[in-house]
Amino acid sequence: MFDLSPEEWTAIHLSLRIALVATIGALPFGILIGYLLARKNFWGKSLVDSLVLLPLVLPPVVTGYLLLISFGRKGPVGAFLDQYFGIVFSFRWTGAALACAVMGFPLMVRAIRLSIEAIDRRLEGAASTLGANRLWVFATVTLPLALPGVIAGMVLCFAKALGEFGATITFVSNIPGETQTISALIYTLTQVPAGDAAAMRLVLVSILLSLAALVVSEQLARMAGARIHGE
Amino acid sequence: MLTVDVEKRLDSFMLMAKFDVAQGVTALYGSSGAGKTTIANMIAGLVTPDRGRIAIDDMVLFDAAERINVPPHRRHIGYVFQEGRLFPHLSVNANLHYGRYMHGVASDNAETQRIVELLNIGHLLKRRPGALSGGERQRVAIGRALLMKPRLLVLDEPLASLDRRRKLEILPYLVRLRDEAHIPMVYVSHQAGEIVRLASQVVRIEDGRVRAIGGLELLDVNPSEMVY
Repeated sequence: MFDLSPEEWTAIHLSLRIALVATIGALPFGILIGYLLARKNFWGKSLVDSLVLLPLVLPPVVTGYLLLISFGRKGPVGAFLDQYFGIVFSFRWTGAALACAVMGFPLMVRAIRLSIEAIDRRLEGAASTLGANRLWVFATVTLPLALPGVIAGMVLCFAKALGEFGATITFVSNIPGETQTISALIYTLTQVPAGDAAAMRLVLVSILLSLAALVVSEQLARMAGARIHGE
Repeated sequence: MLTVDVEKRLDSFMLMAKFDVAQGVTALYGSSGAGKTTIANMIAGLVTPDRGRIAIDDMVLFDAAERINVPPHRRHIGYVFQEGRLFPHLSVNANLHYGRYMHGVASDNAETQRIVELLNIGHLLKRRPGALSGGERQRVAIGRALLMKPRLLVLDEPLASLDRRRKLEILPYLVRLRDEAHIPMVYVSHQAGEIVRLASQVVRIEDGRVRAIGGLELLDVNPSEMVY
């Protein structure tokens, strides 16, 4: 029962790669937006806040379709990126990573924003009297103190990306070896006769991966917390 | 010499302060809420005055008319806060050297050694701030401000969060600091007992105004009755 077929291995490998790239790609934007929302007051802040949260409440198929018409080869953003940078998202695994990043982004930003809001700003004032300019204050005080939230945000984004289905399949379809993730393959297997055993194997793999992500995140958060409040 | 002449409106509270700080220790003395900490924050650059001028010797830190406002990280003023404000994610040693490093002051082992011994914190270097007592934390905070070689040291109620025993434990270090470090100090406090031990000049602040500038006679209690 537990002999995974090459097709299944490919899907697992692809899922992990897509989730990892989505998480790492979203991270700088997540930190930037989380910091802006936590600290700055600017015109249109509530609009940015809503836009960031939108993928959380929209039907994933809508998000996927919006990605398709904007980042597809003929879409305005997609055409621009293709022409000037040679980056193509549509029907590639990179597109799946983009869809997963967009879907996981609200969770990531929320965790980072909350952790930055919880920082004692007086410590940043102290750092500035000690000679640190804004960038150094951010790098040596704000970011290290927000680290547990950053890790939590990354894990949430990763988990969301692993499970993403609707936006991905709408945007980049379900191509074996390119965009067929675990979720998409399970879906395919449930549509064919005699796919039950394979689907069940992948379900178990999904559960294992999710559990592993949770355990690792708990461990990392505890280590980061100990670093900050350590004795 | 530090010259301060500032005004700042905070909601319904109007703060106006004009005084000079020469060598030695100058105390900003007054009850809580009088505006002492705000003045200290303006000297350090953490709060921007509405009007006025702050300068150390001929170096202008703030001048509203000239539109000069040197940011805190370029003022070179050591600031010891009431609650220490050590960085919880860094070791005591990293905390000590933070300001020195950020200011680009070259590492000077003899000087470090001298300050570590002066404050008696050598046995704490590897620990995290979370594992220190209140008194130890304040000593490290003082060391951190000293190691950056400040041109002025501002201490804002550095003993206020400590119990009497800890206060008595730290005061001698502050006295040694005054006698050995040769850095002008602004000492913010509402405790006449601390000021008697440290300061030569007293700036008395009440309701956001400088009420008097003078010597220890401005303190509310007769110094001979002091418990410290």
